[in-house]
Amino acid sequence: MTTPLVDMRNISISFGGVRAVDDVSIDLHAGEVVGLLGHNGAGKSTLIKILSGAYRKDSGQIFVNGKEVTINSPRDARDQNIETIYQTLALADNLDAASNLFLGRELTTPLGFVDDAKMEAETRKIMARLNPNFKKLSEPVSALSGGQRQSVAIARAVYFNAKILIMDEPTAALGVHETKMVAELIDELKKQGLGIFLISHDTHEMMELCDRVSVMKNGQLVDTVRVEDVTEDDILGMIILGKKPSKAA
Amino acid sequence: MSTPETAAPARRDKNIFAALELDTRLLGMVGAFILLCLAFNVMTDGRFLTPRNIFNLTIQTVSVAIMATGMVFVIVTRHIDLSVGSLLATCSAVMAMTQTSILPDMMGLGLGHPLIPWLTIAAGLITGIVIGAFHGFLVGYMMIPAFIVTLGGLLVWRNVAWYLTNGQTIGPLDQTFQYFGGTNGTLGTDLSWIVAVIAVLATVYGLWQARRSKQSHDFKVKPAWAEVTLGVIAGAAILGFIAILNSYDIPSRRLARMFENRGETMPEGFTAAYGLPISVLLLIAVAIFMTLLARRTRLGRYIFATGGNPDAAELSGINTKMLTVKIFALMGALCAISAIVASARLTNHSNDIGTLDELRVIAAAVIGGTALSGGIGTIHGAILGALIMQSLQSGMAMVGVDAPLQNIVVGIVLVLAVLIDIIYRKRTGAK
Ligand SMILES: Nc1ncnc2c1ncn2[C@@H]1O[C@H](COP(=O)(O)OP(=O)(O)OP(=O)(O)O)[C@@H](O)[C@H]1O
Ligand SMILES: [Mg+2]
Repeated sequence: MTTPLVDMRNISISFGGVRAVDDVSIDLHAGEVVGLLGHNGAGKSTLIKILSGAYRKDSGQIFVNGKEVTINSPRDARDQNIETIYQTLALADNLDAASNLFLGRELTTPLGFVDDAKMEAETRKIMARLNPNFKKLSEPVSALSGGQRQSVAIARAVYFNAKILIMDEPTAALGVHETKMVAELIDELKKQGLGIFLISHDTHEMMELCDRVSVMKNGQLVDTVRVEDVTEDDILGMIILGKKPSKAA
Repeated sequence: MSTPETAAPARRDKNIFAALELDTRLLGMVGAFILLCLAFNVMTDGRFLTPRNIFNLTIQTVSVAIMATGMVFVIVTRHIDLSVGSLLATCSAVMAMTQTSILPDMMGLGLGHPLIPWLTIAAGLITGIVIGAFHGFLVGYMMIPAFIVTLGGLLVWRNVAWYLTNGQTIGPLDQTFQYFGGTNGTLGTDLSWIVAVIAVLATVYGLWQARRSKQSHDFKVKPAWAEVTLGVIAGAAILGFIAILNSYDIPSRRLARMFENRGETMPEGFTAAYGLPISVLLLIAVAIFMTLLARRTRLGRYIFATGGNPDAAELSGINTKMLTVKIFALMGALCAISAIVASARLTNHSNDIGTLDELRVIAAAVIGGTALSGGIGTIHGAILGALIMQSLQSGMAMVGVDAPLQNIVVGIVLVLAVLIDIIYRKRTGAK
């Protein structure tokens, strides 16, 4: 058994009285896609936000490559090569695609000024790969469609050579064609050795894309299973009833 | 929204303004401003657009315009600063005392020592920055709404200034310090022309540089004729403005006094023009600095990103708390600079200096297109806003509109400007 890329152990966090994540342990290996499933409000986004530095856990440990790390801010997460596509996309609507893509990590000229031309050129390159129809480079992202905005968020996570990628419902607003491109992208990134946490409500899609899936219910982990060991019905049962699949079946 | 494919041909159909890629909103404001000036000029039988009045209008606008540039950043990040007028008063009080008593008497430099104006300015800047940073700390780290912090500041700093000076007028201020006030410090004809030529060259260079940078990355550029037209318009505006200022002669009695002060007598028939006031040069420097900050630095990028979506900014690793401190500290520094200009213009510190400036500054920023919902605003817009406000006020005074009616008009214009802005943004589909 190799050391996992990410190992989150016994993670808990509460908001007020609500235990949004309750003693959850999950791990992720290089070149692996782990899916997170669960009903609305199960705690999926909260769990990965702890890894991405948006929230601070109340208790538990996070290991990256076997070493314990403290992640107290989004910067800490980036320093560990963790990139995140948030469910809310986290885009500044008044800025254009390039400014959003490089937000917090602007390219600068030798004089220390932001190099907009260079950033726009880079954005063009990566968008050509992700969404060739994307042309609205110099407009504020508020003028983009939901899917186009999602492409910008994906581009931002992919551009900076992440080792660990978190995708919180990355295809929620995408068309059939664009969804297929994201699936291809996930496969490609996986081959490059990235570890990916993927959140989605589409069990069918998850069965195809993921190596393992972890199911959450009411903040707790129901179980983690390899997709080839279970059927889609087993997973639905886990999500709805919170039952582990019977090994005999 | 139309797809890019259908948008492209539509673009070609648009008028020449599209080719020039000018901000239509800005054009609208410039148009409104020109109309306003022409209307006042007619109503005052041509007294409004004389070199003398334009000169006065310009120097009266500087203090509010300088603060308005800082207010843009404050409002863009969804805050507000109601304390700028009071902060100006405190900075002015500190500087007045520094130059008239602390440095000359207590430190023993003596009146008129060449270091006095500069040490005074440093003291004023430090005062403004420290108080501003403190406001920012309360807003950013203590999470007190900026409205409350600066409403408190409005009362506190107005009266701290009062305590410091016992409510007395302090003057006359240092001679060199007074150069920053306007009438008492102008460049004269020759230097003004030199500044104008430098400005024109810088504009041409800027346009050319921007075009070259775009081309080097294979981006679409404006047609060459559009670029040249822009350059010519900008150049003509700069040269025209300087020509006007250079044609306002210093009154001969004042000139004679200036010669007397130097122990000479004025030659018969001698005339000289004011030229560009140093205070206006200062405003231009502030405007360039703030524009560069807004557009070309990370700090500026973070300010706009935070205004557009504070959560996204935070998730991108931007320290929005510290950013708030920086923005308010910058606002404080600009209040200090405005205090220099305002007190130097009056040649003394008076207890009511800067009263109601917070409203003028906020109005200037808002008329200039800064959206209170955050994320949107420009430096040049705010300066133009300040100029429009000042023109409106001076113009009405010249026409002889009653004082209460003047304020009623200014109030209505402010609300109308925002309404027009909202309609404009809806139409163009911008946020
Ligand atoms: N910032 C917060 N403050 C208070 N409660 C929160 C906060 N964030 C999440 N919660 C609560 O934590 C629980 C888990 O929310 P979370 O967003 O993680 O769900 P999710 O599994 O991602 O759901 P969905 O599928 O709808 O995205 C919910 O009950 C939610 O109300
Ligand atoms: Mg979620």
